Formats: sequence, structure tokens, C-alpha cells
Amino acid sequence: MSANIKNKNVWVFIETEYGKEKKVGFELLKPGREIADAVNQDLVAIVFGKDVKNVATKAIAYGADKVILVDNPIFERYSTDAVTDTLMDLINKYNPDTILIGATINGRDFGPRVACRLKTGLTADCTSISYNEETGNVKWTRPAFGGNLMADIECPNNRPQMGTVRPGVYKLPLLKEDKKGEIIEEECNISESNIRTKIIETIKEVTENINLEEAEIIVSGGRGLGKAENFSYIRDLAKVLGGAVGSSRAAVDSGWIPHAHQVGQTGKTVAPKVYIACGISGAIQHLAGMSGSDTIIAINKDKNAPIFEVAHYGIVGDLFEVIPEFIKEIEKYKNS
Amino acid sequence: MEITNEMRDLGDLIEKYFKNEVDPVVAEYDARGEYPEKVYNDLIEMGLNLLAVPTEHDGLMVDHKTETYIAEILGRHDCGIASAIGVNNSACSTMNFFGNDEQKKDFFGILTSGKLAGFCLTEPNAGSDSASVKTTAKLDGDEYVLNGTKCFITNGGIAGVYIVIASTDLSKGTKGLSVFYVEGNREGLIIGKHEDKMGIRLSNTTQIIFEDCRIPKDHLIGQEGKGFVYAMKTLGTSRNFVGGMAVGLAQRAIDECVKYAKSRVQFGKPIAYKQGIQFMLADMQTQTAAARELAYHAADLIDKNEDYEIYVSMSKLFASDVAMKVTTDGVQIFGGYGYMKEYPMEKMMRDAKILQIYEGTNQIQRVVISNIMLSK
Amino acid sequence: MNILVCIKQVPDTTEIKINPETNTLMREGVPSIVNTFDSYALELGVRLKEEHGGKVTVMSMGPEQAKAALKECLSVGADEAYLLSDRAFGGSDTLATSFILANFAKHLENEEGKFDLILCGKQAIDGDTGQVGPEMAEHLGIAQVTYATDIKAEGDKTLVKRENDQGYDWIEVLSPAVITVTKSDFEPRYATLKSKIAANKAEIHVLNSKSINIDVEKCGLKGSPTKVKKSYTPKKENNGIIIKEETASASVQTLMRLIADKKVI
Repeated sequence: MSANIKNKNVWVFIETEYGKEKKVGFELLKPGREIADAVNQDLVAIVFGKDVKNVATKAIAYGADKVILVDNPIFERYSTDAVTDTLMDLINKYNPDTILIGATINGRDFGPRVACRLKTGLTADCTSISYNEETGNVKWTRPAFGGNLMADIECPNNRPQMGTVRPGVYKLPLLKEDKKGEIIEEECNISESNIRTKIIETIKEVTENINLEEAEIIVSGGRGLGKAENFSYIRDLAKVLGGAVGSSRAAVDSGWIPHAHQVGQTGKTVAPKVYIACGISGAIQHLAGMSGSDTIIAINKDKNAPIFEVAHYGIVGDLFEVIPEFIKEIEKYKNS
Repeated sequence: MEITNEMRDLGDLIEKYFKNEVDPVVAEYDARGEYPEKVYNDLIEMGLNLLAVPTEHDGLMVDHKTETYIAEILGRHDCGIASAIGVNNSACSTMNFFGNDEQKKDFFGILTSGKLAGFCLTEPNAGSDSASVKTTAKLDGDEYVLNGTKCFITNGGIAGVYIVIASTDLSKGTKGLSVFYVEGNREGLIIGKHEDKMGIRLSNTTQIIFEDCRIPKDHLIGQEGKGFVYAMKTLGTSRNFVGGMAVGLAQRAIDECVKYAKSRVQFGKPIAYKQGIQFMLADMQTQTAAARELAYHAADLIDKNEDYEIYVSMSKLFASDVAMKVTTDGVQIFGGYGYMKEYPMEKMMRDAKILQIYEGTNQIQRVVISNIMLSK
Repeated sequence: MNILVCIKQVPDTTEIKINPETNTLMREGVPSIVNTFDSYALELGVRLKEEHGGKVTVMSMGPEQAKAALKECLSVGADEAYLLSDRAFGGSDTLATSFILANFAKHLENEEGKFDLILCGKQAIDGDTGQVGPEMAEHLGIAQVTYATDIKAEGDKTLVKRENDQGYDWIEVLSPAVITVTKSDFEPRYATLKSKIAANKAEIHVLNSKSINIDVEKCGLKGSPTKVKKSYTPKKENNGIIIKEETASASVQTLMRLIADKKVI
């Protein structure tokens, strides 16, 4: 980046797919707003997608001062080149100071590519972001060593400074329907021939329609279930709570549930409001995927299971007895 | 006893496999009395059946110290699987000592093709008394014809080839015994009943019946009549594997007891605080440590080819007695839970018993040891 | 197929403990392993070699001890191993690391021929950033596919099974490409005793900054736009409430009381 051009404004990338936004994009408008206010600059939402004008409008309602919208069928599904090249065009045109990207599978795909092309610093999977008055840089805080170590990171000499943040770390900002903002429509200059990847086939594995990483409540099952059929206990509890179904690695490896449901180091990282772990011992690799949850409830018949060390509430008992009781009590509570 | 980096590398690989793939399924197979076929296939793939196969025949030929180290690791996890490998190595030893080049090529070729070996000596009327072997091998033209029944054969039914001790002259007793190798798929080699055992249930133990089983003349190993000598020489080294295995079993039992004693609270404190328990643990560990040194010393002597027979017998005798005592004490320390199949200790006690019986009973070991002492 | 796999030796993060007195990470005595996801990447690479013929080269940027990780890779199917070791590389963030790896990858093509694919794990379990793979692809100016669980080669096409929230896509990518691998459909294989012995005897080629005249200003701390200002261990709160009543029903009722109070559900 040229040192003469002053970089300005905080950008938040709002990822979309099939015309619908990924919630994390809106969540990041919250810290984005804080930083923009701290430096008295604009908060700009970047929206790429097909038929996503409504997403742009919502972004303003969630706090963006402006939206740069690139509405093009090429963005209906993700591709590295389309997003990277288009975003680069915009960055070169508008010179933002700070860019926040949701650490989704796709965000972690193009984020580093863009950062590298800009020869700038990207801090991944931040758990908190703030403006450092002393240094004039954004302070990015992130975990390393499987969550055993935290680091505060800054990017003092390069702009734009970039960071990715996981879904669920920030709650949605307040929705202000009457907030005003400008929507700038930009063109996509990428042609199909520039795109080096092609989606040949799409397979859906998750039968429930709830995205694990965006779910507010997750009920997870592990080895303690004993067999695939017993995931019915998990599904029933998830249903009555309106939550998503998760799983430990043991259950996935045993073939009881598809890998898409796996929470943990080699699965998904989630941070829902409530995480209920049933028959899960709590191996470090699993904890790495869910310890950021607001409230953790564990049900396990082994009182020494490591899961109880991170659970806020734990029931030592047989999940086959506890879960039906739990469902009963929740229904009673809902009807009262 | 020095563990070299090379030994540690091999040991770590085996330990990793057993921890991830075997430990989780041991109790289930033990309950069913079934050998875990996938595990056996994986271990053969890993080359664990080639520890006593010469490198010129594509084997690993590790020294006896390394073999003992591996035996200890196997014993830590499951003595059934360990026994399968131990017996396999015994059969290889016979071939190594006494087979000719053609026979070695043939025999070891079967192993490298992905099979285990077995060792057929014991019969219903010939346990410690090998002289009473009644299986016969009659020379008929270019072939020997085998008839008889062998029992308690480890790897029976799954081995690709067996070392078989049979009599070529019943009138001569031990001096009439000869050693052959017989492919598992020979016509007339019939797998009989599958034994339902007290312990080492992850090994496959069967009767083997020879019914006019014809084998080529060149499957006779060495000379007719030398069978007993060959068998004793083989066992004279291969029984050290049992020493290593027993040490592994004992150590595993001790480690489980230490964990349990620290967590089991009675009378307000973990039982680890009670001197009664502490003294038991101390004795268990001391005996096991001594057994370990004896086993490795015996292995070292074998490697140096220095008067090892007495040490090998002592090592097998002592380590197996220690394993029996340690696992029995282990059940005692676990108390009621030690008696329940839900906890690992009762299996270890059941597994330990055979170590005092096979590869030459501990009574026979005492005969061997005192014979050597008194012959001087 | 000519495949390069980039691996990293990392501490086994499941074994890491915090020193309660100094509140720092206790790294001594923690076993070092090949990064979990790199093992998956290597397994896919070796499978492709077994099916289509060719060679798998492994490369790692690290200190002398990383040789052990490279030997581990040789014992499970890699054919050639290179260690990139130089003081100047220390302290590199992801941009500098990917710069180094990309330059050496280009250099290695002189020895090993052009690479069809460059594979690496999706992230290292110590750094957890997941950035080096895509940044390597950018430095090299080639395509990338991340979050792969399987790779197929059909003629001159490379097909990658890419995980997403709802399942997966099969993506066709132009070779050469960088592919980052997550927990794949295939568990990394165990070595054999024979391959272990052979790997221990094998030679690891060691290269440093002078081997390729790399611009050291772009390496190490100097080449890293991100700076760590502070690192610390997070405070662990251990105030969980354990419930164990006589019956499941009673336990659940106690739980309901507690969480209804706090409006958890």
C-alpha cells in the first residue's frame, strides 16, 4: 500500500450464500462500530452476493454508515478468485484502514489470500478487538496452543489492518430500522474464465436445517450414547429447545452421525448461548471446539469426566434417564 | 537396561497402535472369547510377525533385547495378542536354528506374504512329557504322512504354516521325534475344536488334527530323531518372550492400581494413604523391576550367545510367578471392583495364569534350572 | 503425480499444561508431533501417489528437532524430506512463513520437478491461524482449495471434496494448486516397523537462507507485519455446579431451578 494515500474507514465483510447472509457478518458490525467511532470514521459493510439488496439494507439497520454492494450471479456460491479479486479491486479503489471478516470456512479461505496480496497483517480467529489509543492500531486478541495461550497482536506498519472473528463471539448489534445509510453499487469485473475453481457437485449432509456455527442452542451427543439410534435422545432434546444437534468425534468416528455435526478441534468451533454435552467425556480436542459457549451444561454418568471442569452446570447421572426428564421439565416450563 | 533410540522408535509405534486401536476393544473381545481379526491383520501389516525373520528373507530380525522390549509393550496391553506373536517367533526360531536355505525361503515366504506361524508340540497325552508325543510321520516314497492330534495350539486355524513335532519312530521315545513344517492349507490338516479359555482370550487356540496329511519329504527339518533336541533348543531362547510379556502385564497391573489407589476414597481419604496398600504396591513394583532386569539380562546373554539357558528359564519362571502375584494383589487392591468385569483388573489376573503353564510349566523350569546347576 | 506436502512440527497441545505459579506455558517434556492436519494432508498425498504413481516430497520450516517430524513422514509414505532451517526464519508470522515456504517450493522444483499439487493441513494446532496455506498459494500465484477432506485426480483434472456448513462440495481446480486439508475421510496410516527403521536411516536434506538467496528482510520478525504485543494464559474460572441427586428426576428439577433463575433457556 502506498504510504501517501491515507487509509480510512472500517470495513466489515458480510458473507452471503444463496442470497442469504451469514449472521457473523452482522455480528461484526458491533466491534466495527466501536472502532469506527473511536477513530471518527465510517463503518462500511461490504456485501457480495446474488439478489442481496435486502442484506445491504439490513446492514445499515445494524449500524453500517455505508454499504458497498456487488450484486452479481457469480457470487451466488463462493469462489476464491471471484471474492478475492473483486475485494482487491474495491480495496485498491477505496483504501480502507481496517477490514473485519467473519472466520467462516470461506472467510478463512479468502482473508489470508487478500492479506498476502496486500502484504499486510491478518490476525485470525480473534476473540476480542479494540482500538488502542496509545498506538493508534487495532488490538487483536486471539487464542493459540488450542486455547491454552492468549496473544494481543497489532499491525503497526501496514494497512489495511485485517482480522477474522468467529461466529458467536460478538452478539448482534441493535437493529435500528430507521437508520439512514448510503448503498454504493459496484460492478464485478471478474469473468468466469478468471475463476480457477468450479463447483461440480453439492451434497447436503446435515438433515436438520440449522447451521451449527450460528445456532444459539446446541445439544451434543458422544460415546456415552452407545449406538447411532440413541441420537434420538439428542434430537428430541434439541427439538424441544429449538437447538441444533452436535456431536463429539467419538460418535462421528463410530459412524453414528455425519462429520458435519462434529464439534471440536478436527470439527467445528461453536460458541452458542447454551451448549449441552450428553455422554461426552470432554477430551481437550472437544473442549477446544465449544469452551467459548456462554453456558455449558453437561450430563455424564462419570463424575470425574473432564467435561465437568468446564461445565457451568453438570448432572452426574445416566443420560438415558436424565434427558427424558429434562425434556419433560422443559415442556412443563414452556407451558407454564 | 539401556533402551536405545531405535528400540524406542519401534516401541512408540506399537504403543500408539495398541493405545488407539486395541485398548478400546479388548474387553469386548475378551468377553466373546474371539481373536480380533482386524488387529491381527494390522499387526501383520506393520510387520510384527517378522521380528524373528532374517533380513535376507525380508524380515526384521531384531535382537533379543529389542524383542523383549516389544514383548513388554504387548504384555502391557494384551497377553493374548502377545502370545500369538511369541508363538510365531518360536516357530521362526526353529527354522532359523535348524532349517536349510530352501526351507527358510519357503517358510519365511509364507510369513512375509502376510501370515502368522504356529508351533504344534502339545498333545492330549503329551504336555510336560514330550516323550509321549504320539503323532506319527511315516515316510512313504517322496512324502511323509502325518497322523495324530495336537491340542492347545496358539494361532491354530489362522496360521499360514506350523512347526510340527511328530514321531518318526515310536519305539525310540524322545529319540524318535522329528520336526517338520506344514503349511496351514495342506489337505489332511484339520482344525479341531476352538478352546474356550480362562484368559488370553484374544488369542485363537485350537486342536489340530492330522489325518493322512501328506507333506513333501523336504519338509523334514534337520535330521530324523533330533526333534526333541531341536524343540528344547528353540524353547531355550523363545521362552524369554514370556518373561518380557509377564513384566509388561505386571507393570500394567501396578499402574492401574496406583491410579485406582489415588482416586478410591474410603474412610475420608484415598486408599493410597493406607500403609497396607502402600506396602503392597512397593512389593509389587520391586518384584516387577527385578523380573524386568532378569528378562533383559537373559536377552542380552542370548544376543551374546553366552550360556543363556539357565537365565532364560529363570526369567520365565520368575516373571510369570511375579505377574500372577501382582495381578492377584491387583484384584485385592481394587477390592469388589477388582472382581467385576467392568474393571480391567480381573482380566489381567485371568491372563497371568497361563504364563506359569505354557512354554514349559514353571515346574519344568525348575527342573531345567536345577539340572543345569547340578550338571556342573 | 508430483506432490509437495508442507508440514510443521508442533507440541502436542492436548498435553500442554500451565505452570500454576508463573502462569506460563510449560513446554518442556511436551511431546512433539507432526501437526494433526498435516498428517491428514500427507495421507491424502500418499494415497494419490499410490493410485497414480509419482512422488511425495515433504518440506518443513523449523529448527533441528523438526527432523524427527520429517522422519515420521518418511515412515508413512513420503519419499523425500527437506528441512528449511535458519535463524533468520525465526519469529516469522504467517506472511513471512508463507513467503519462505513458497520460495523454497519454487526452488525444490529444480530438484523434484514441477509440483502438481501442494498440500498442507488447514491449520497448525499451535498457531491455529490457517493462513499459511492460502498465503503460499498467493505468493506462488496459483489456485487454492481449503478445507479438503478428499482429493481425486482424474486425467488432468483435480477434484477436491470441500467441507462446508451443510455438507460438502466437489470442486474442480486447475493444477498446480495449493490444497489445505482438514480431518480427511482417511485416517493417517500407521508406519510399519520396516518403514520406521528405513526412515530413521534416511537422509533429511537441510537448506538455509543461503541455499536460495532468499531476501531475509522478508523473513523472520522483519518480514512480519503482525507483531505480538503481549501473550498470557487465560484465567480459568472453575465455578461449575455439579448436581447429583437420588433420582434423575430430582437432578433435573434442581438444574431447572438454577437455569430458570439465570434465564439460560
